Amino acid sequence: MSNKPLISARDLSVHFNLRGGLFTPKLVLKAVEAINLDIPKGSFFGLVGESGSGKTTLGRAFLKANHISRGSVHYADGEVEYDLQDMPKSDLTEYRKRAQLIFQDPYAALSPRMTVRDIIAEPLEVMGITKTREETDERVREIADRCRLNLEHLRRFPHAFSGGQRQRISIARALVSSPRFVVADESVAALDVSIQADILNLLKSLQKELGLTYLFISHDLSVVAHICDHVAVMYLGRLVETAPTRELFSAPRHPYTKALLSAIPSLDPDNAGNTQKLEGEIPSPTNPPPGCKFHTRCPFAIDICKREEPKLETSGKEHDVACHRWKELADEPARAVGKKPVNKKSKNRTKA
Amino acid sequence: MTLLDVKNLTLQFDTDEGRITAVDDVSFEINPGEVLGLVGESGSGKSVTAKSLMHLNPPNAVYSPESSITLNLEDQSVDVLSLRQGSQDMQIVRGGSISMIFQEPMASFAPAITIGDQMVEQLVLHKAISEKEAMKISVEMLERVGISDPSERFNQYAFELSGGMRQRAMIAMALSTRPKLLIADEPTTALDVTIQAQVIDLMKDLVTDFNMGIIFITHDLGVIAQTADRVAVMYLGKLVEQGPVRNVIRDPAHPYTQGLLNALPKLEDLDAPLTPVPGDIPSPLERPPGCVFHTRCSAVEDRCSLSVPEMKALDRKRSAACFVAADQRGAA
Repeated sequence: MSNKPLISARDLSVHFNLRGGLFTPKLVLKAVEAINLDIPKGSFFGLVGESGSGKTTLGRAFLKANHISRGSVHYADGEVEYDLQDMPKSDLTEYRKRAQLIFQDPYAALSPRMTVRDIIAEPLEVMGITKTREETDERVREIADRCRLNLEHLRRFPHAFSGGQRQRISIARALVSSPRFVVADESVAALDVSIQADILNLLKSLQKELGLTYLFISHDLSVVAHICDHVAVMYLGRLVETAPTRELFSAPRHPYTKALLSAIPSLDPDNAGNTQKLEGEIPSPTNPPPGCKFHTRCPFAIDICKREEPKLETSGKEHDVACHRWKELADEPARAVGKKPVNKKSKNRTKA
Repeated sequence: MTLLDVKNLTLQFDTDEGRITAVDDVSFEINPGEVLGLVGESGSGKSVTAKSLMHLNPPNAVYSPESSITLNLEDQSVDVLSLRQGSQDMQIVRGGSISMIFQEPMASFAPAITIGDQMVEQLVLHKAISEKEAMKISVEMLERVGISDPSERFNQYAFELSGGMRQRAMIAMALSTRPKLLIADEPTTALDVTIQAQVIDLMKDLVTDFNMGIIFITHDLGVIAQTADRVAVMYLGKLVEQGPVRNVIRDPAHPYTQGLLNALPKLEDLDAPLTPVPGDIPSPLERPPGCVFHTRCSAVEDRCSLSVPEMKALDRKRSAACFVAADQRGAA
């Protein structure tokens, strides 16, 4: 993996105007605010956060499926370069071939009226990539084969398929135009556990075969821990921490990352995880708190956190964190991840 | 005495495409103060099983004559399946002795009636108390589940509460009638992990306080490990394994339970490969003959496709429906 970024965002913000009628005051929702982020070429980049944290909006901004309110996004794959914030229409058509999206819900993402072959072929036809029907069919068969779809099934309609098979169809559709960059937005969240692992393994092997770079958006940290090599954590539109996966999970620095990790229910009935539980819920993005956005729920918040928003600063090799107190809090315990915990009896169960 | 006894529950649905078996010969029991985790993937019949406990399935549901569900209350035993829709006795069961909370709290509250009015309405219906008393109980209950300013929330509508608050209010409403059994159908699935952790802690506290039985339905084995005392695993309408949560999770006997646990990404061991259970879950219209899991099983033998394995008691209070596991572990 080379370290040159495929996507680099600088001061990227996406704002939505909610209302602003004659008599109602204008309300701006800052879904994504001042993000600086590099996605290295060839990486499996994880983006995590709770609902409302802006992870989907950020992913869509990288695809130019959202407008960009401020800042820049630069795409460079070695062959072409684009600046997404002011991109002419003609470039956008080209960019769509190189950047694609895999959706969350395989039941909603496929048209019930089209055969699997037509679903996978549609991007080729819309983008004018292939000239003849024979050429299209060949590309469809090739990608379907790579996604381990039975070629006999190409003539069938989506309703005949299970969730896992449907997700393979929508992966084939995303990859048929030979993209370099793929945003997978909660692509395994709707799948059953026994199927989920199969789709994750498929995404991983396709990455090797086709040289893809993924932005993998998920709320499930254990999935991200297993499949991604880099992770960025978002909270209320801000990036709070980014690091290589191992580093982030073995030495999380931001109190929010620590809390997220300890909130995952452990498979060990006698290990209630670290009991650093968060109070309250994520505030509304239309009315975010001043200062550090996390201070309303942070157990370590002090005065400065309520006044000043912390900047993302380097805290180690490739490890950035946005917290005023990360240095002092470095010794605060976090849930041990990556190694088997020592089995100790928990008293949580009998607590009245 | 057991609180609830489910015996040989078999449930089919009459549909245009024929008769579909949703639950096939399922038996289990729950004791007071016990949390039973019911795990399974989509189509495993876990929600349908739970709904039959309150006789809530649609009219096209057909119960087999062998099916029986007995609810043992202090003064009487109720045969749930024999209750007629809309009868007086039904109210003893529905919302009275058994309460249910659902996955999506927004869909469970009426949008145009305040939270308080809904809580009072069901309390007055089930208990012989005045509206004033019902109001007092409801506000206390809201406070008990950790809702701040309960008397103010009482007058708000569901849309004014956040997701976590709504689920707390839902729990408060379900518990205000002091049910003997609470059925929680994926109560934390729609919530963020940090909120899920709060709700799990709350439910653990409530079990000890109220000494009720809980059926906790979920597809998330981590949630089960943290909440349940016993766990029952379902696949395609069949109960495949049942036992104390520690035994089942640490040393699963049925190949399906083993497969589920292997497929789960574990935070404790990032190097472990993710091993999917091969193949897809068959459609309920094409239930495999013999053992329903044999089409995806790694330990499959010839006999598995020929006859249906029965639930057999194995080691350590656990039972499983598998020929191979029974041979290996020496079924009693």
